[in-house]
Amino acid sequence: MSSIAFPTPDPAILARRDDIIAGLAALLPPECLVTSEDERRAFETDALTAYRRLPLAVALPRNTAEVAAVMAFCHREGVKIVPRGAGTSLAGGAIPQEDAVVIGVSKLNRILSVDYANRTARVEAGVTNLSISDAVMPDGFFYAPDPSSQLACTIAGNIGMNSGGAHCLKYGVTINNILGVKMVLIDGTVVDIGGQALDPAGLDLLGLIVGSEGQLGIVTEATVRLLRLAEGARPVLFGFDSSEAAGECVAAIIGAGIVPVAMEFMDKPAIEICEAFAKAGYPLDVEAMLIVEVEGSEEEMEAQLARICEIARRYGVKVVKESRSATETALIWKGRKSAFGATGRVADYICMDGTVPTSQLPYVLKRTGEIVASYGLRVANVFHAGDGNMHPLILYNVNDPAEQAKAEAAGNDILRLCVDAGGCLTGEHGVGIEKRDLMRHQFSEVDLTQQMRVRAVFDGRWLLNPAKVFPLDGRIAA
Amino acid sequence: MTIVPTKEAEAAEAVRAAQSSRRTLSIEGGGTRLAFGRPIQTDDTLSSKGLSGITRYEPAELVFSAWAGTPVAEIEAALDEKGQMLPFEPMDHRTIYGGSGAPTIGGIAATGASGPRRIQAGAARDLLLGVRFVNGRGEIVKSGGRVMKNVTGLDLVKVNCGAHGTLGFMTEVTFKVLPKPERTLTLILEDLDDERAVQAMSAALGSPFSVSAAAHLPADVGGARARTALRLEHFAESITYRARELAKVLSAFGRAREIEDDESRALWRAIRDVDALAQPKDDMLWRVSVPPTQAPALLARLRQAGLSFRALLDWGGGLIWIACTENAAASTVVREALGGDGHATLMRASDALRASLDVFQPQDAALMKLTAGIKASFDPDGILNPGRMYAGL
Ligand SMILES: Cc1cc2nc3c(=O)[nH]c(=O)nc-3n(C[C@H](O)[C@H](O)[C@H](O)COP(=O)(O)OP(=O)(O)OC[C@H]3O[C@@H](n4cnc5c(N)ncnc54)[C@H](O)[C@@H]3O)c2cc1C
Repeated sequence: MSSIAFPTPDPAILARRDDIIAGLAALLPPECLVTSEDERRAFETDALTAYRRLPLAVALPRNTAEVAAVMAFCHREGVKIVPRGAGTSLAGGAIPQEDAVVIGVSKLNRILSVDYANRTARVEAGVTNLSISDAVMPDGFFYAPDPSSQLACTIAGNIGMNSGGAHCLKYGVTINNILGVKMVLIDGTVVDIGGQALDPAGLDLLGLIVGSEGQLGIVTEATVRLLRLAEGARPVLFGFDSSEAAGECVAAIIGAGIVPVAMEFMDKPAIEICEAFAKAGYPLDVEAMLIVEVEGSEEEMEAQLARICEIARRYGVKVVKESRSATETALIWKGRKSAFGATGRVADYICMDGTVPTSQLPYVLKRTGEIVASYGLRVANVFHAGDGNMHPLILYNVNDPAEQAKAEAAGNDILRLCVDAGGCLTGEHGVGIEKRDLMRHQFSEVDLTQQMRVRAVFDGRWLLNPAKVFPLDGRIAA
Repeated sequence: MTIVPTKEAEAAEAVRAAQSSRRTLSIEGGGTRLAFGRPIQTDDTLSSKGLSGITRYEPAELVFSAWAGTPVAEIEAALDEKGQMLPFEPMDHRTIYGGSGAPTIGGIAATGASGPRRIQAGAARDLLLGVRFVNGRGEIVKSGGRVMKNVTGLDLVKVNCGAHGTLGFMTEVTFKVLPKPERTLTLILEDLDDERAVQAMSAALGSPFSVSAAAHLPADVGGARARTALRLEHFAESITYRARELAKVLSAFGRAREIEDDESRALWRAIRDVDALAQPKDDMLWRVSVPPTQAPALLARLRQAGLSFRALLDWGGGLIWIACTENAAASTVVREALGGDGHATLMRASDALRASLDVFQPQDAALMKLTAGIKASFDPDGILNPGRMYAGL
């Protein structure tokens, strides 16, 4: 039924399960090792819930030394490893396999130090994204990348996927906000890459590691940049009669030299779903909506919004609704940030994540609708319009294998469309297993081989998260 | 021999030929940054000069692509026409190295040259969205693309940015751009010592007023009095307000003077290109990266060690340029003063000295092993700029 293949588990490893667990038990206290079937269930999937595999065991080390010991052991024994943060990956990046040990960093969850004068914080990798901002917000600072899953997802996972969020248009994604990591290599060696300085000492290894989907090592600590909060932030809602008009408005705002903090798009199905859930005051009589946020002092926000509204009017905006209070602002963002969760309440969905050049947005939106309709399914679109990162949510019934196959086929068509329109398969969720088999649509064999050669420098035996990112056939050895 | 391909395929062909005959290649753009890195001797030179021109510019998408050999001036002129700019404010190395060539966009990517706005808008590697390059096997590889958000596969873009041509011969680069600010204003505080200057810069950068650059020119560096400069760039109507508010934040450090427009731009260009330390030409120049608040202590340690030098601080103190009379001992002094949490690059010295000292900060064995492995994964026979960053690599 399911169309994404998993490698056949290595029978030799499965046969040695008891020994392997005994070996792990010698390295970790019992509360840090999960072996019973019931408890392993909690780790069998991530947010790509249509796929699951029970791992051999789950190790939950408490510090870098324990991570290193477990990795050195697995490496020696030839056991595969699947690194895990909070397991919110939408691409199946954290889904285990039967012959692999999951190493979860959830117990590494302390903020180690905060340094306002240098505007950085040192954190353990298992801290949640939001907890960093929560810790420094009272002092007027924040950590910028804000994935909608920020309450749950970890910095480790954010580094794994180079995650983004609504406010990345202005502040950048994870890689732009991380200065250094402590990472355990496959053989247990601990390396410090980067630090508090703003540029690398030699090759930009950090740039390679962030977004490498747990294939190069396990990150245990990170130095993140902290930014000072703006004096104020205010979103405005624009309702349009067509998605095209909304898309053109986005391009015109940027074309006018204005880069707002965020520019989020929702089509009618998404508006309805989110409004029913969050009661955010979204307009229901429009085909498409933009949330555009500006920052600054009261007067600055007024002035910028005046410019932006003037542009929106040129594109026939039908509804203009400025937030008038902090409560309204919070509601507007609650509606947007709960989009996936709210959708999950009305149907099962798969979430695509392709990026396209912003000029292609109207065309790709139109084609997306046509593609999904041709499979007899429905789609809701909610995405980061300012940077062209689309999130079509394809609605289907997970208990109907035929529908699941159709949803996946539609998703694949859409991702190919994104690549053909000059974009890419994934803007922020990662390749995982979900887009692995589409990699050849974006990359040539030469491109992929060069990536695999770099991968092999870190993990020549394909032990680290081995079923991800690269098509299962045609893999190169070290 | 200098090979000047005019097509990407010719470049690939040239590298393949070099690989099969084991001939090493120096990679060259405008030739304005050749003194950056270790001096190397190769059999041939591969120039990007024949690969020139903007291949795509979409102002509404904030991106352009260009062949690697395109002169930066040509790109800046095209961006200027649409009111846009390279956000990371790349340094022009001709001030420190001399030379009359025209810097190329590929050279900027290869050296990861980022200027004062790095603290706010990101470094070259943050804005470099995509590259095409020829690896040491003569294969044409692409990574990244032309969209701002892209996490598809392993990112080979950033590791090539700042690799000084040791991993590949870049043929085409794609950068994100930003609209030029409507108005620029710089606040200048005078007579602060290093310690107070860094405190002032930290206060400014920790304020909500989006300071886009923060630099300190100590007394007798580019002027008799010490100057601490903080730049604001935004919509015209915002600048008046922000300048007033920022001055309040800085009031404990003295009364800030304002400069605008051409005067402000000239100052930042001079800081970007390290004008104040460029002469005398035979002074050795160091570029040191540290956590900003550690800068004053580091400079104090250098003085204690008896080093006679002049310094300029950018990036709020996180980037220190140090000029001193050329001597081999300075290397030990500078690197010992780092205290573990920073790194120093020897930016300018005689060929003899750059050949005998570590130009780039020595790294521990595990990181060197990774570095060597990565080099070999791109260039197994070590034919591309061999030894430019590290001896033997
Ligand atoms: C409702 C919802 C909304 C979301 N919204 C967004 C959004 O707005 N923007 C966005 O970018 N993403 C979003 N996501 C996707 C997801 O939250 C991110 O990919 C997130 O970064 C994953 O973090 P995690 O801690 O759950 O990591 P996991 O899912 O556990 O792992 C993610 C990847 O990182 C690797 N990894 C984990 N830990 C480590 C480690 N210590 N060292 C090395 N590699 C490691 C894993 O192997 C895996 O490949 C959303 C997901 C959901 C369910």
